[in-house]
Amino acid sequence: MAHVALKNISKVYPNGVRAVQPTSFNIEKGEFIVLVGPSGCGKSTLLRMIAGLEEITEGELSIADRVVNDIDPAERDIAMVFQNYALYPHMTVYNNMAYGLRNRGIGKDDIDKAVKEAAAMLNLTELLARRPSQLSGGQRQRVAMGRAIVRNPALFLFDEPLSNLDAKLRGQMRIEIKALQRRLGVTSVYVTHDQVEAMTMADRIIVLNGGRIEQIGTPAEVYHQPASTFVASFMGAPPMNLLPAHYNGNGRVHLSETVHIAAPAQADYSGDIRLGVRPENVGIVAASHPDALRFDLEFIEELGAGRLLHGKVGESGLIVHIPHTDPIPGSEVYVDLPKSALLMFDPATGIRI
Amino acid sequence: MALTADTIVVPRTNSRRRKFKWQTLVDHGILIAGSLLMIMPVFAAFMTIGASDVDISRHGMQFSNGAHWAENFDKALFTKGGFTGAITGSTMLLNSFILGIGFAIGKIVFGMIAAYAIVYFRLRFATFAFWMIFTTLLLPLEVRILPTYEVVHGMGLINTYTGLILPLVASATATFFFRQFFLSIPEELVEAARIDGAGPVKFFIDILVPLSRTMVAAIFIIMFVYGWNQYLWPTLITTDEAMFTLVRGIKQIYQAIDGGSDIPEFGRSLALAFIAILPPVLVVVIFQSWFVKGLVESDK
Repeated sequence: MAHVALKNISKVYPNGVRAVQPTSFNIEKGEFIVLVGPSGCGKSTLLRMIAGLEEITEGELSIADRVVNDIDPAERDIAMVFQNYALYPHMTVYNNMAYGLRNRGIGKDDIDKAVKEAAAMLNLTELLARRPSQLSGGQRQRVAMGRAIVRNPALFLFDEPLSNLDAKLRGQMRIEIKALQRRLGVTSVYVTHDQVEAMTMADRIIVLNGGRIEQIGTPAEVYHQPASTFVASFMGAPPMNLLPAHYNGNGRVHLSETVHIAAPAQADYSGDIRLGVRPENVGIVAASHPDALRFDLEFIEELGAGRLLHGKVGESGLIVHIPHTDPIPGSEVYVDLPKSALLMFDPATGIRI
Repeated sequence: MALTADTIVVPRTNSRRRKFKWQTLVDHGILIAGSLLMIMPVFAAFMTIGASDVDISRHGMQFSNGAHWAENFDKALFTKGGFTGAITGSTMLLNSFILGIGFAIGKIVFGMIAAYAIVYFRLRFATFAFWMIFTTLLLPLEVRILPTYEVVHGMGLINTYTGLILPLVASATATFFFRQFFLSIPEELVEAARIDGAGPVKFFIDILVPLSRTMVAAIFIIMFVYGWNQYLWPTLITTDEAMFTLVRGIKQIYQAIDGGSDIPEFGRSLALAFIAILPPVLVVVIFQSWFVKGLVESDK
């Protein structure tokens, strides 16, 4: 039995807007799940329904084998970290962390022990007497984490907890949160719009779009085997190249009337397709290569560790990622889209063929 | 580039500073003149307290250092006066404090609770209720004074502190201020408290009240002064002189013919008037920084 189970959960707001289509998935104990998607995709609504801050319109939610649809947030055995931290501004760090325990009628000594332990774990021991207004963004974030930890809940919920931090701190906190979650082994659901956070932190990623799940999978699966063009273009920076093409089942993909390359061996599909290939899988080859395509290089983006070549193959834009050790190509460039790295998508539905 | 920037900046600050000084002088001149205009009558009244009643009725207001200060203040505070001779200045002072503090606290408590209900609970007619409360701003006590008197009389609350305070405490102003303040408190704080297991009452007492303390202080000042200066309602509701407040009692002292003397007790009533303005002034001075904080900054 899954630790957290969602069965056909959906959300319809009183004004008739359907924010979340019926959604089902299970979360195993100790798993780190990341809900990712563009703004308005329903990821926060889904999280807030799990938290109990939003009513579940239809479906059944169970946490630790208990149906919690009609149970108060406080009774669900969850802890939540908010985007703007939501610390109580008039309370010290200590009291911020102790407040939830006090409301549960836990003894003073036990509270003290739990708070001190959590503070030590998060390097907050020196700051226990301070108020949130005297802390930096990263410290506030850690206090918010501490408030969640002391409760020792069955489930952690994170609502874009890093989006108020600057880029450097974000990278650091990302690692801290992940390490902490590993150490405590608490099941977590993490909402973000940042695909880098999703890729680096998740055990499994759930990609949402328009209130629907596009794909559930490990970061590697989602990255290399995207279920749809949406996932392909949302995950990864730069996104996957998607070229309009035609496939008629003869083992060749036609990029135009005259240009065609070897296609992945599969499918009794024929018709128009979108051909997907990750920028780093495109190779620079000599003109003599059998599947060489003429690449009109437009400009080069320097990344330090590598370079992004922006240009065109025929009429379609293509981005190529090359390592910095490769020479900067001259005026005449040929590329190869290796058969094994090609993905084909239905152009109408966006679903992978 | 840095050099040219310097050469531009330096003269500009100079000219600004010179202009700034001139401006300050004018500003201060206006402020000082205004302050004098406000303070002089009070000062005149204060100096006159030192004179004897005979001197005052013969020569008018006095500015010299007289010999009767102690006597006049003592009379004002401790000599029994009024028509029935049952009231002293200190009793009136006490009554005024009870009215001012009761009035302010009552307004804050009712205003906060009403605003809490309007902002945080999904009531059916919350917006409607708010606007109903808001429209009562158009109906001050003076408009509804007869029916209110009738109700208070019917409840047998004439000449009681309850009757004095209760009809005045329902306040659209305080409700409105607290509503605006509560709306500025981030939603996540409420949600965090919910997850932390704080019910409505706990949230109100543990989170909302402490967060509102500067707001409470600001409203307390306004309402205390407002309550202290109430005249019409106390005049109507208190017929027993033992219940008189300072603001309405001064007139009684002035009118009373005391100790066979035909000269009105100017010194005593001026002393009483001076005492009457002290508490509001002290409250404002002491709570001033809170007051500004409450109105200007929200505690995030």
